[in-house]
Amino acid sequence: MAERASKKDRITVETTAETARVTLTGALGLESLRRLEDALRALPADRAVHVDLAGLERLNTATAWSLAQLQRRQAAAGQPCEITGVDDASLALLESVAQALPEPDEAPARPRGLLDRIEALGRLVAGAVVYLGELAAYLGLFIVRLGQALLHPRAFRLTSLVHHCQEVGLRAVPIVALMAFLIGVVLAFQGSMQLRQFGAEVFVVDLIAVSILRELGILLTAIIVAGRTASAFTAAIGSMKMREEIDAMRTLGIDPAAALIVPRVLALLLMLPILGLIANIAGLVGGALMSWIELGISPGMFRTRLVEGVSVNHLIVGMVKAPVFAVIIGIIGCHGGMKVGSDAESLGRMTSASVVAAIFAVIVADALFSIFFAQVGI
Amino acid sequence: MSDAAQPDTTGHDNVIELRGIETRFGTNVVHEGLNLDVRRGEILGIVGGSGTGKSVLLRAICGLLRPAAGEIRVLGTDVLRASEEERAQLETRWGVMFQDGALFSSLTVRENVEVPLRAVPELTPELRRAMADLKISMAGLPWRAGDNYPSELSGGMRKRAGLARALALDPEIVFLDEPTAGLDPIGAAAFDTLIRGLSRSMGLTVFLVTHDLDTLHAVCDRIAVLAERKVLVTGTMQEMLLVDHPWVKEYFHGPRARAALATAGDETAGD
Repeated sequence: MAERASKKDRITVETTAETARVTLTGALGLESLRRLEDALRALPADRAVHVDLAGLERLNTATAWSLAQLQRRQAAAGQPCEITGVDDASLALLESVAQALPEPDEAPARPRGLLDRIEALGRLVAGAVVYLGELAAYLGLFIVRLGQALLHPRAFRLTSLVHHCQEVGLRAVPIVALMAFLIGVVLAFQGSMQLRQFGAEVFVVDLIAVSILRELGILLTAIIVAGRTASAFTAAIGSMKMREEIDAMRTLGIDPAAALIVPRVLALLLMLPILGLIANIAGLVGGALMSWIELGISPGMFRTRLVEGVSVNHLIVGMVKAPVFAVIIGIIGCHGGMKVGSDAESLGRMTSASVVAAIFAVIVADALFSIFFAQVGI
Repeated sequence: MSDAAQPDTTGHDNVIELRGIETRFGTNVVHEGLNLDVRRGEILGIVGGSGTGKSVLLRAICGLLRPAAGEIRVLGTDVLRASEEERAQLETRWGVMFQDGALFSSLTVRENVEVPLRAVPELTPELRRAMADLKISMAGLPWRAGDNYPSELSGGMRKRAGLARALALDPEIVFLDEPTAGLDPIGAAAFDTLIRGLSRSMGLTVFLVTHDLDTLHAVCDRIAVLAERKVLVTGTMQEMLLVDHPWVKEYFHGPRARAALATAGDETAGD
């Protein structure tokens, strides 16, 4: 770019008592605009200006803009401004640039005050309340459409349900199982290090079993599914929304909630408990393996200790949460998709927002469950 | 009318020269032995049926797609064999407007127009902003539109914003892909006038892919017809009417063409 600003680009200014004479030569372009603007703005405002463009190779918009600004300043000062040496094409450009200049009476933007900040905060809070209300409305919609599907089983989209079960459930098995296995390994390793100090190595079985069955198995599964599935739901429904497919469905008499939301959330509802169970098993296997390696607790001993020492209540407490997490993830994902606007930007924004909201909501729900079970005493 | 199969030797100042272009997708040959010249300062309209590779040709010239064979010279530079530097240099001398504007959706219209201007290190932020505002206004958008995001604009305004970005560096050539597609007749006519006016005042060469017969009548100096994998004929509108080829005949003598021609005739009579 810089090479194009050749050496012969020149801006010459000669000032006398009555007039200022500006001569432009070469191919003044964007590279020279700053020099030109500085030179023209430095001209005294109390005398006539004469600009000679005869030596200019080609007038471009940058130079024309600068000259148009000069003309306007001169007109405001009541001084003449003469431009010579222009051909027809340059004249046309000067005119169209002068026409495109802004009106000078532009009001500056008001600085942000304290009141604006309070207003923004208020809007944020109101937005969150509205969001929760919308989620509740979607949950209601899901339940109503599910009820209708139960009343009219023939209209239910079984193929869609099976497809989503495969996407949400089957495809997530490897990652969920691997993650739970590794968590089991880590728990056993860390637990054995601590418990060995008290000579209570055998309690590592209780530690692993309780923490995985009660909390970690299902919570981590839900978090992975939230990342994987909430984003997929939002992206799939959102791109349909973007291409007006949802509107097309409505005009064809197909209810988007029945066609898109019910199969997805129902699939999640069916699959998340299964995934949670798989995670529990994988976590226990990982824990048992590490206990065997690290502490010499044989798999048989691990099993005996597990069956005798750990109440089945822990498993029930864990699994009860699964359907709740499933509905939370599914509803947030579908709602995010329906909120996508007509631009690609909002699709990306809503997808990441869905994931964050789903993970956050799952953790909050888990905390509420913990408080509830502690109060009930299970 | 020049036979497009023969290289143009009439001494015109050609800014784009295509020789023996061949493009293919797998086994599907789009162009074969295609020759075309675009002269300095003219507005050339490219027409052709769906799937004849009008947009593919535009993408090939801009270097977005590499033809299997042939030579492309733009402003004297051999596009296919140019070094990185030469290509970068060349890219500042042309502007491309895509069908729906192809604006960056995360930037405001003004920031979009400022993107190519950032390549000029001598510009201060204030001057860059002023230049962007000028181009936005010259593209026929209201001043306030610069603060809007592309998603907040109508289709016609997005096209104008795309044109403003294409014009940011005062290019010598602009490529327009279907500039009036999807616009209402009033908006399309206004866009035609805009293209005509800008090409006159800025001395632009315009390479225009279109389906719009009104645009062809209103703005194009010459028309090139793509058919049978090459440029079948080039010439003015009047010359097109005399071509004896089934597709060209149907295109320029169909009911819509007659209507467009009649309006164009009325306007000339009214002047």
